[in-house]
Amino acid sequence: MRHYLTIVSQEIRALLFSPITYIAAVLFLLVMGFIFTAVLDAYSKEAQEMPPAVVFFQLFWIPVFFMVPALTMKSFAEERRMGTLETLLTTPVSTAEVVLGKFSAAYFFYLLLWACTLGFHYILHAYARDVRYLDWGPLIGGYLYIAVSGLLFISVGVLASSLTRSYEVAAILCFTILFGLIFGLRFLGQMSVLNSEVLQPVKAAVDSLQILSHVDDFTRGIIDTRQVFFYVTGAVLALIFSILGVEYKTLNG
Amino acid sequence: MADIPDITIEVSHLKKSYGSLHAVNDLSFSVKRGEIIGLLGPNGAGKSTTMRILTGYLPATSGSVRICGLPVASQPEATKRLIGYMPENNPLPEEMRVSEYLWFRGRLKEMPRAKLRSRIDEVLEVCDLKRNRHRILGRLSKGNKQRVGIAEAILGEPAVIIMDEPTIGLDPHQIMLVRDLIASLRGRMSVIISSHILPEIEATCDRVLIINSGRIVAQGSPSELRREIFGHTSYRLEIAGDAEVFASFLPAVETSLKVVSNGEPDGTGFRIVTLMTNSTADLGEALLQTLPPQGYRIRSLNRIEPSLEDVFLAATRRSWDARLPDKRDVFGDSRAPLPKV
Repeated sequence: MRHYLTIVSQEIRALLFSPITYIAAVLFLLVMGFIFTAVLDAYSKEAQEMPPAVVFFQLFWIPVFFMVPALTMKSFAEERRMGTLETLLTTPVSTAEVVLGKFSAAYFFYLLLWACTLGFHYILHAYARDVRYLDWGPLIGGYLYIAVSGLLFISVGVLASSLTRSYEVAAILCFTILFGLIFGLRFLGQMSVLNSEVLQPVKAAVDSLQILSHVDDFTRGIIDTRQVFFYVTGAVLALIFSILGVEYKTLNG
Repeated sequence: MADIPDITIEVSHLKKSYGSLHAVNDLSFSVKRGEIIGLLGPNGAGKSTTMRILTGYLPATSGSVRICGLPVASQPEATKRLIGYMPENNPLPEEMRVSEYLWFRGRLKEMPRAKLRSRIDEVLEVCDLKRNRHRILGRLSKGNKQRVGIAEAILGEPAVIIMDEPTIGLDPHQIMLVRDLIASLRGRMSVIISSHILPEIEATCDRVLIINSGRIVAQGSPSELRREIFGHTSYRLEIAGDAEVFASFLPAVETSLKVVSNGEPDGTGFRIVTLMTNSTADLGEALLQTLPPQGYRIRSLNRIEPSLEDVFLAATRRSWDARLPDKRDVFGDSRAPLPKV
């Protein structure tokens, strides 16, 4: 793993120099800003059941859909298209180091962008001058959820990028997989077919994979190790498949 | 660099197939320390595939490759440390600066920071890139990019340098610079380069491997190749005198000497005559001494050396014939028709 840090710093540098990162960042902060304003607007009109932070995190999937593909699509697809993957893999670097390095850099940016949204809460706190507006519990839970789920989402993006040489395809593939994970599983859980007696274990499994209810749990302060396990193993699996994807594509041109 | 063995690259019975297509077919050769080897072959001959297998980027279907005695297949990380590689088209990350790129590559090649700094200065000096060290790779000219690729390949002072078409797309002046650069590595590092540009290979390489459809069809130094592929030498004479009996004087010079073509005399009575012999000795002086006493006047005498181009064409054609269904023995007497020289 001695090359890991070299690759991470190189990848972070590459992301910093890439305009797509800034487009993703601006779009992300813009969308999150609008969401936050809309949430606050609703609160100023009438009393709501849930604290604003919980509602804010319930909509976390909107930026995930465009930000994750934007941050990860170039990681392998671009290198393969340019041919620089060949020069990279002919140095004494293992594929695992390259995959982990690229994943870490994208994950770092993902967290960095989410960390920027902490500013929203600070501004609210500073201008409202009321301690009650800043509810630390849901905030800590929410950001913890973002950090844990980000592992899976970013690794899915890296996987999509490792399977193709065109980053457009990588972005669309990544979006599709994320959509399937977040909404596909939700639709599956609501299907009446699963209500029969025989399929009860399947229904239980699908119910426990509802990403949108995971975020609710986290913001309420319930940190279920099964959910953490789901994201971490999912991420590890996706990264292993990325390594295989890079090596397979190398073997077969 | 003292622990580099005498044989740096050993390839034996290397095969690589993509489905039913044999890109590399039973290739064996070895490279000595400090030797510069040229890999020649038509498009799709398996040059790039061979190079990629040597670097450990592609696995071979069968056969073995050893770099400095270490097998590439089972110890890829160890052998990758011994190789500097410049792929075809020399891909570079567009947005980096020259010195940044070299630093990044040096770190990947596990060079210590203190040594890397001075080594980068050194390779920039050698490759004449000092003025461009802070420029962005994407904005460099093709020649400069190519030199960055070469600088990167020699950066880690590897025992083996593999360059796939290092001079492709360069102007003659840049080709000369690159050629001098490669020649300056002679004796220190083993270099394998592939090229289509034959004079290139001839000027730089100690030994040439001509490969076609994955097989070595000829190998040796350029002069050995000429002898092996053609087996004869030609002379071109401008001569005036009796054309009828001319041929009868030739066995006196050398027994196998014969007239291949006999031109029409021009206004001054001089004809262009082409002679051919199997002898490798230079018969120029003997011809000049034998013919004038017989009443012939000689205006010019040339010994025609087949260019490497002709050798290349003849060798690749021979290997295509070898794949014809009748399987005649092309290495015996029935050689394929040779290009006119």
